[in-house]
Formats: sequence, C-alpha cells, structure tokens
Amino acid sequence: MEQFKNMTALIADDDVDMTTQLSLQLQKMGFKVLIAESQKETEEIMEATKPDIAIFDLMMDNKDSGFILSYKMKKKYPDVPVIILSAVTSDTGMMFGVNTDEEKAWIKADCYLEKGLRTEQLEKEIFQLLNKEHN
Amino acid sequence: MATLNVLIVDDEPGIRSGITRILRDFSVDFPFLNEEFDFNLIEVETGESAVEHLDAGEVDIVLLDNKLPGIDGIEVLEYINDKEFDCSVMMITSYASLDLAIKATNNGAYNFVPKPFTPTELKTSMEGITKNLYLRRMTKKMNTEGKQIRFQFLSVLSHELKSPLNAIEGYLNIIKERQLGDNVTDYEMMIDRSLERIKGMRSLIMDMLDLTRLESSAKKRDVQKVDLVEIMRLSKDTMSPLAIQKNIKINIDVQPDHIFYMADRQEIEIIFNNLVSNAVKYNKDNGEVSCVLREEGDRIRISVSDTGIGISEEDIPKLFQDFVRIKNEKTKTISGSGLGLSIMKKIAEEVYHGTVSVESQPDMGSTFTVTLPRTPTMGR
Repeated sequence: MEQFKNMTALIADDDVDMTTQLSLQLQKMGFKVLIAESQKETEEIMEATKPDIAIFDLMMDNKDSGFILSYKMKKKYPDVPVIILSAVTSDTGMMFGVNTDEEKAWIKADCYLEKGLRTEQLEKEIFQLLNKEHN
Repeated sequence: MATLNVLIVDDEPGIRSGITRILRDFSVDFPFLNEEFDFNLIEVETGESAVEHLDAGEVDIVLLDNKLPGIDGIEVLEYINDKEFDCSVMMITSYASLDLAIKATNNGAYNFVPKPFTPTELKTSMEGITKNLYLRRMTKKMNTEGKQIRFQFLSVLSHELKSPLNAIEGYLNIIKERQLGDNVTDYEMMIDRSLERIKGMRSLIMDMLDLTRLESSAKKRDVQKVDLVEIMRLSKDTMSPLAIQKNIKINIDVQPDHIFYMADRQEIEIIFNNLVSNAVKYNKDNGEVSCVLREEGDRIRISVSDTGIGISEEDIPKLFQDFVRIKNEKTKTISGSGLGLSIMKKIAEEVYHGTVSVESQPDMGSTFTVTLPRTPTMGR
C-alpha cells in the first residue's frame, strides 16, 4: 500500500513508543514521516514545513498541547487535516470530541481518536481525511 | 464488595436472559481503587416498567434497548436525564441503528453495545461503565468534600496506567502481524521497549501502593524505635545493583554510629529509598552518591548528594508534584512514575513535620535534604 507516496505526515507525541509505532504504520502507507517529541518541537517543524496531515498527542509539554497545536496548524495551514490521538477519554474522567458545534468551536482538529485503536481504524480516518479510496 | 443494581430493558426475552446469564457470576474489580462490584440483575420488558424501577430509585446501571413496544429507549434516556437520576446508561442496539446509538451517547448514554454481542464484549463494556459510574460518584462525593484534587489524581493515574498498556499492545500487534517480516531479531527493539514499559508500570504501581498505604486511614502505622543508620545502609544495598551497572560509588557518612528514632519503619524506608534511588538513577556513569546522616540538636538531617544531571532552577518547583517528571534529553531514557518525590515529601512533611529541600546545579549534581524533628509530633 503506497497511496500516500510523496506525502508528509507530521506526528507529535512525547511517548517515544507511540511515535515509533505510528511512524512505522505511516511509512507503510507511503508517507514521509516527521517526528516531534514536544509541542515546541512541533511548532518549529510547522514553521519550516507544511505537512499533508498531522497527528498530535493531547498531553505533552502542556496538558492541552494537542489543542494548541491544532489551533496553530489550522491558522497557518487551514487545509491540513489534523487528528488528535489521545489516551484522555471518557474513562479517564474527561471526554472530548469534535461531534458537536460547541466542541468544534474550540477544538480545531478534524478528528479526535482514542489511543489503543486498531491500526485499520486510524488508516480509515486518514483515507477519509485525505479523500482517498480505501481498498 | 458492593452490589450494583442493573436494570435490563429489552423486549426480547432471549437477550434479557442472555445478559443475565453472562453477568450473573461476573464481578468487576479495580485493584488500585480498592473496590469490587458484583451485579444484581433486574429484567424488564418495556420502557414503562423501566421508568417505574427508576422512580423507585434503586437503579445503578441501565442496559437499554432502543426499540421497545411502548415508549422507546431514547425517551427513557431523556427521562433519566431530566430527572437527573444517579445512574449510568448503556444502549444495546443493533448495527443498523448505529446513528441512533451515537445520538444516544451524545445524549448522556455512557456507551453502546451493538447487537449481537459476545459475552466478552458485554463484560468489557460493563467494566467500563462500572468504572465510569464509580469515578463519577467519587467525583460528586469529592466535590462536596472539596477533594477535587484527589479526583484529578485518579484521572491522571488512569492516563498514566493506560499509556504503557497502549505502547505494549501496539508493539505486540506489530509483532503478531509480522509487520517487519519473519526475522525475530528485527523485533528485538520492540520487545525491549515493551519490557521497559512494563518495568515503568510496575514502579508506578509500587509507588501507588506506597501512596495508598500512606493515605488510607485504615492503615495501622507501626511506630517503634528504628535505627536510621541501619535503614540508610539497607537503602544503599537495595540500590547497589543499579549503582554497580553505572559504576557509581555510594558513600555513607553518619554521626553518631546509631541514630534511633520513633517512626514507622516502612515510611522511613520510603524516604531513604527515594533519596538514594534518585541519586543513582539521575547520576552520570562513574559518578558518586554521598549520604550524610547527622544528629543536629533537636533535628536529624539526612542529605543525599549526587554528581548527576542536576535540575534547572525553573524545574525545581515542579519536582514534588504528583506525576510530574522533568522531561528533557537527559531524562528521556530514565523510567519513573513521577510519584516518588511527592510521596517522600508527604511523609516527611505531613507525617513527621519535617522539611524537604533541594539544591541543584545543572550538569553538576543535586543535593536533597530531609530534616526530621528529634521528638516527632506525629501528624496522624
């Protein structure tokens, strides 16, 4: 599967195991992968490069790094799809999503996914966000 | 063991009895929450009789089918919301009405189980909803008791426990699917990382246990005369394996030879182990650790210095907060729970009315000092 050849994915997570696994998956899909381990590093990369898609962890240097980065990404590159991938979910006591208008008003990501999701699910979202046919 | 009342609302007798069969002998326990739940199952056929049971006020969890003969599931859900019943709702719905299930979730249902479901799927969902209900009730209770901080602690804790699980699960799936081919050695890094994450998780759990012991009022403290010098030597022995690996020398300098103190031995061990293990973990290879123990008037001073990576001035205030780990290039590979110092501080200050302080210079090393009053006025 190399539908995404010549495309760049920016991933940000302070958990080195998450970036390892994500980048393996994305490379298999054909992406060139840029890895950042902090909000600051992500912002630096965003200054220099426009990725084709971005996947951000929520809690990094700040508890809401993922939200801040989504906001900044959309401001600079409105057309770049952003996924927040987080372990912060209903069962950790906080629930976020981008389903209601109220949430969409302040969470600028296109999609909010839970960590631990199956690789196929993430793949499906990426296909959808980049308008590609999933085979 | 607590029992939760589960109301099963479905017009299909087969589904009702199926659920009862699966959940009859099932229980949910959360070791770190120190609670176990089993279920008392109540079967009803219609939304109307569900409402009767809800009004009686004895329902904790509702397993709710949407398509019911009279008023439907969504209406029951709205009723629960309107009346603000203290219960959690899980929708049971067929695949065809996925849309509806999502709507229901947004309307306050905790989640949904698609029909048909396997026993495992139902049990997993029950675990989730039980934990959610428990945490929600805890929050309510804590809010009224002004203990919101404690809840934040729990919620960060579950986040901290999930992260290593996600990492390990991810690696195992990659290995299972042979994503890097059939050569076993190609997966070595992933196996090592998984083991490392398990180690980190274990240390988090051990620290959690320390903290639980400390905060549980049920715990009987065993205060007796202990020799601080002996405990200091024990801590050195405990850390020796890691110290040898990094070729670090641990020196102990005590005066006088024995310092007796009225204390709970375990608590003192936690203080010393944290001091010495940090001094080794955050040291450089071939470094040194100096442990100084002194009786000074009406106080006892314990200082542990290292020749390690040090801490920047701006990071020092963060050091003693729960789960805070200073993240930078130098600490990246060091595993820890982020609880050690906060536990130590709690014991030293809250239990023994002592003090904890730190002096540090980046790249030169740090000195952590704990002082304990000679005649302790016990905190609890």
